[in-house]
Amino acid sequence: MPEPLRLKGIPASAGYAEGPLFNLDPDVARYRSKATAADERLALDTAIGTATGRLAKLIQATEGDAADILEFQLAMLEDDALTGPAFAAIAAGQPADAAWRQALDAEIAGYETSDQDYFRARAADMRDIRDQVLRALSDDSAAAAPAGAIFYGEDIAPTRFLETDWSAGGGIALKAGSAASHVAMLARSRGVPMIVGLGAVGLGAPPADLVGVALLDAEHGGIVLGPTRAEVEAFRQSSSSFAARRSRAETFLARPAVTKAGTAVRVQVNIADPSDVDGIDVSTCDGVGLMRTEFLFGKTLPDEETQYRAYRKVLEWAGDKPVTIRTVDAGGDKPVPGFTVEEGNPFLGLRGIRLSLARPEVFRVQIRALLRAAVHGNLKVMFPMVAVWDEYQRAAALFAEEQAAFAVRGVAQIMPPLGIMVEVPSVAIAPEVFSEVAFFSIGSNDLTQYVMAAARDNASVAHLNSIRNPAVLRLIASVAAFGRAQEIPVSLCGDAGGDPAAIPALIEAGLRELSVVPAQLAMAKAAIADVSI
Amino acid sequence: MSAAAEATVLITHEVGLHARPSVKFTKLAKTFSAEVEVALAANGPWFDAKSIVKVMAAKAPKGTVLHIRAKGDGAGEAVGALVELVRRDFDEGVDHARTA
Repeated sequence: MPEPLRLKGIPASAGYAEGPLFNLDPDVARYRSKATAADERLALDTAIGTATGRLAKLIQATEGDAADILEFQLAMLEDDALTGPAFAAIAAGQPADAAWRQALDAEIAGYETSDQDYFRARAADMRDIRDQVLRALSDDSAAAAPAGAIFYGEDIAPTRFLETDWSAGGGIALKAGSAASHVAMLARSRGVPMIVGLGAVGLGAPPADLVGVALLDAEHGGIVLGPTRAEVEAFRQSSSSFAARRSRAETFLARPAVTKAGTAVRVQVNIADPSDVDGIDVSTCDGVGLMRTEFLFGKTLPDEETQYRAYRKVLEWAGDKPVTIRTVDAGGDKPVPGFTVEEGNPFLGLRGIRLSLARPEVFRVQIRALLRAAVHGNLKVMFPMVAVWDEYQRAAALFAEEQAAFAVRGVAQIMPPLGIMVEVPSVAIAPEVFSEVAFFSIGSNDLTQYVMAAARDNASVAHLNSIRNPAVLRLIASVAAFGRAQEIPVSLCGDAGGDPAAIPALIEAGLRELSVVPAQLAMAKAAIADVSI
Repeated sequence: MSAAAEATVLITHEVGLHARPSVKFTKLAKTFSAEVEVALAANGPWFDAKSIVKVMAAKAPKGTVLHIRAKGDGAGEAVGALVELVRRDFDEGVDHARTA
């Protein structure tokens, strides 16, 4: 009996699956060369037809974003400009599989070298198209996975995910992959457990030897192959406890969050990209407590129109509910080429509002986009990393100047309420200095790391980085009390807000407004319902 | 004598002439019998507007002025319809965002 193999990965879609491992990366499918070029041509033509037919059938059974991905692949496959070079290579004496691979690899290379993220990401679609036809060419009919299998391999194509019947269970464990991929998004929406980032070595053995049952824990991010009896027992318990927690939490999702004692708590969501709201039913939350804007600041600084559209999209989604947008918080662990500066100690350096004030020409573009977007909903704007009153005043003055300039030109705009993040200890210790801000939002991740002097990206001091340290909780309670006394709204938008273990302490500290990542919304509401305050 | 038409339009779609808009664009182009081409500059290079491979290969980001030209039957209608599609942001405004 071989030893169990255990690997750690990153959860991409929470859940548990137990089943046989199915190898996603079989040995290169064997293609039998044909006798003549005419036969090669016929083989490729037939394979393209098979792949096209499969796609068309999949499209029938799919909707939304997934259908759009497939429509794009189908249109590509039906385009002679894609298939032409392969047929030309066959006429020149190449076998069908090599001809197709060469033609597609040339296209793929074109996408991979694009300087735009969006076009680069399409390379994955092109690889998917290539492999679908290669599969059809080698008549790889043995590629069907057994029901309830755990798909294991380098990466998984969207079409492979969509044509799999997940009703019998099963899951996905990838050596590479990304929690932000299309497939991860689909897996979350369908409740298919998935982990990514197992590493290049993976389970270590040649795939053919990976037989036996595997346990996939996509709540914590791990997989075990050939588990002991005790491991199977423990796994099944965690799995049923997770299912019970999830189904219990789901019943809370549609309802407003209330504690056992009847105290109402507003629960908002944190988002990092406008498309994050696409999968959220707006009626299940009280608005957006934190919309990050760093995503806009990729390789180039975003123009006003790009920002305006991104903000407007989320504001229109939220309707009357508030959307709190944070001005760009670059720097620290979030460098932006051409904007942030290299520093020895970036967490204590030129980041957040400090950087925005140092680069007013960049900041003013964001301010103009926010003023215009405010017309389309219930916008609130907050500044990150404020340490002294002067910073807030200068930022607010820039808003006033841009508003005045718009007024002269007759541009539609509204001045949103301006608040600040509470993450630098100076604000948490002396909130009275900031009694004129419209609201406070506690950034518990940064507040904790600054109070405890423990960098949050350093695993060796992770044990110090706890929001439940009495010093951190006392600061939070003091800000909440100050807000109550002065009638200044106080919310919390750090990771702790969605952590069921931290929620009781936060409510006890006086907070009545939390903002959590969308995936934690149901669990957070369920945890609030257990609090007896 | 065959008709010819040419026009320009600004791409305002957030990520440019990308996958979903390209599918719509080429599908619409194919409904016309005229020969239709697109380019990112007045002096070319010109790409076949009915080929999604070619249209995607143009990698036109947001803010690009797209040149569209056609010749043959219904050239004017073809250019007009395609310009309208780009101008309507490929019918992907807020409505799409809400239902996606």
